[in-house]
Amino acid sequence: MAALAQRFGRGPQGSRVNPQNERPILEARGLTRRFGGLVAVNDFSFSVRAGAIHGLIGPNGAGKTTTFNVISGFYAPTAGQVFFRGLDISGRKTSALAAMGLVRTFQGSTLFQEFSVLDNVRVGRHLGARAGFFRRLLGADRRSEEKADAQAQETLAFFGLEDLADEPVSNLPHGHQRMLGLAVALAAEPEVLLLDEPFTGMNPEETGRMMTLVQGIRDRGVTVMLVEHDMRAVMNLCDVITVMNFGALLVEGPPEVVRNDPAVIEAYLGSATADGAGDAA
Amino acid sequence: MPEPTGATPGPGTGRRIRRIAWQLRVVFLFAALAVLPYLLSYSQQEIAVLLVINVLLVSSYRLLTLTGEWSLGHVVIMGVGAYASALLTKRLGVPVPLSMLLGASMAAATAAILSFPLFRMKGFYFLIGSFAAGEIIRLIWKRFTDPFGGPKGLKRIDPFPDIDTGFLSIDFYEPVNYYFLALIVVSASLFVLYRIERSRIGLTFHAIHWQDRLAESVGVDTFRYRTLAFVIASFFAGIAGGLYAHYVGAVNPTRFSVDQMVYVLVWAIVGGTATFYGPILGVVVLTVINEIVLRALGLDTARPLIYGAILILSVLYLPNGLESLGPRLRTRWQRWRSGSAAGRREAA
Ligand SMILES: Nc1ncnc2c1ncn2[C@@H]1O[C@H](COP(=O)(O)OP(=O)(O)O)[C@@H](O)[C@H]1O
Ligand SMILES: [Mg+2]
Repeated sequence: MAALAQRFGRGPQGSRVNPQNERPILEARGLTRRFGGLVAVNDFSFSVRAGAIHGLIGPNGAGKTTTFNVISGFYAPTAGQVFFRGLDISGRKTSALAAMGLVRTFQGSTLFQEFSVLDNVRVGRHLGARAGFFRRLLGADRRSEEKADAQAQETLAFFGLEDLADEPVSNLPHGHQRMLGLAVALAAEPEVLLLDEPFTGMNPEETGRMMTLVQGIRDRGVTVMLVEHDMRAVMNLCDVITVMNFGALLVEGPPEVVRNDPAVIEAYLGSATADGAGDAA
Repeated sequence: MPEPTGATPGPGTGRRIRRIAWQLRVVFLFAALAVLPYLLSYSQQEIAVLLVINVLLVSSYRLLTLTGEWSLGHVVIMGVGAYASALLTKRLGVPVPLSMLLGASMAAATAAILSFPLFRMKGFYFLIGSFAAGEIIRLIWKRFTDPFGGPKGLKRIDPFPDIDTGFLSIDFYEPVNYYFLALIVVSASLFVLYRIERSRIGLTFHAIHWQDRLAESVGVDTFRYRTLAFVIASFFAGIAGGLYAHYVGAVNPTRFSVDQMVYVLVWAIVGGTATFYGPILGVVVLTVINEIVLRALGLDTARPLIYGAILILSVLYLPNGLESLGPRLRTRWQRWRSGSAAGRREAA
């Protein structure tokens, strides 16, 4: 409850003090995840500063989605730890992590396809609309539900989706669906948001809008970790970029450093031309 | 707020008319249900009682299916309510209405315990797991003659106590009277089930069904909510079991076997599970076909065969269940009307 109130009360950006010597909000130490003989994530460490937009890039199959799955509790790490606000959260349940303020989105359109746009975001408000079983049964949760609806509408308005509130999701074009996915996650009031390829399949105009939105989310005080292949978006948005290859850390640094790093260029070219998969095994 | 006057009705009027129409329909439905037993023979009245109990059984089953999981143990859970209520009255002298409530709680508690192994599985594995769990419970009933009575089960279960207040005396041995008792209990239970579905709890159940990963990622503890659905469904199955035990007066392991579960599945599938009333429609229509039509034709021994045929036909020709028939007929009727109106205009 206190954590929630704290998240509610947080103003835009500036209120997180002293980025220099603050401990990282999210940190991985020696993270490893195996699938049988395959090492998808291999002794991988990184740390994310509060208030940053932190990029995580790497060739296909590098282990980015697996990293997100481990951080967000979908998979337990084979070895290593994840720290959130200094707390060891390795192996905790996804829903418990969401309640702490760590929320992830999915690669591709993962939505409640049979629901209306508004109902999708209403489910996203799950944590903020708590009420006991018997209060719900008696309809005594009406006040908190009305508030949750209003907040869901607000979230939709932030994404410019308010006019589509009553549409079934399946009627929405792809770009809008991706935005709705972000709206559902944001409705859960995250402190750290993990975005898995939010720009995939978007046209340049949609990408531009999405970039503004991601910046807007950060300006609301949410720390963003971003997996993305659209290099223009990554380079423009991110404060820091971590590059991984074959499950391990390759390079980390600001965009201008990462962009010109020979190892990064090599990794990308290698995977595009030579037999990258063969090297992986 | 002042009422809008004049020719054009305000926005609230349509809503009010719809609400009154809805209330009228409910009143008519209950009036019809109140008159119904007096139009039936004694044996048909007995069937009507079991039908009312089965309505609760299949409606409680639907609540579990909202989360996307189909169990094969629901009838056994009903049996837990029946056995528990019967034993509480026989062994401990608990008065009957209270024993039903405690029996239902026992069914709910059983579900809560079973959810730990069962909700490690999903889909097909959950289905098989729930079947296995049900068979284990039935094995316990068969194996432990004390207190469960073994394969023969329990007999001479206390009936629902008569009400006798001087000017009003009700004997629940009479099917008509038990029918009204069951109707009241089942209506109240259905109301609770409906409220649950329409609340955020229902929204969350549906969300888990369609995308459990996404629900989990925004903080829904999917294990807890699956357990909640299972526990609520089992509580009301337990109520159905209690109503059954104290009406029929005997329970045995065979009465709650997987054969009986298949009937519940057929009711739910033929009726459709997308709406609240779908499974109710399924159990009512199939019972009427079974008990009135088949019995009259002397075909009631062919019940499994005919149920099988109905299931296949409905899956082929009515995949969304009987519940989809109303809207389908309505659109067809509207198309036919507008079509013939256009025809008349053309002719003119
Ligand atoms: N559930 C899984 N089971 C087995 N292998 C997996 C699983 N998830 C991912 N992998 C493998 O792990 C490697 C990393 O995949 P992924 O994390 O999806 O990469 P990225 O998101 O960087 O493209 C790939 O070789 C992939 O095939
Ligand atoms: Mg990926």
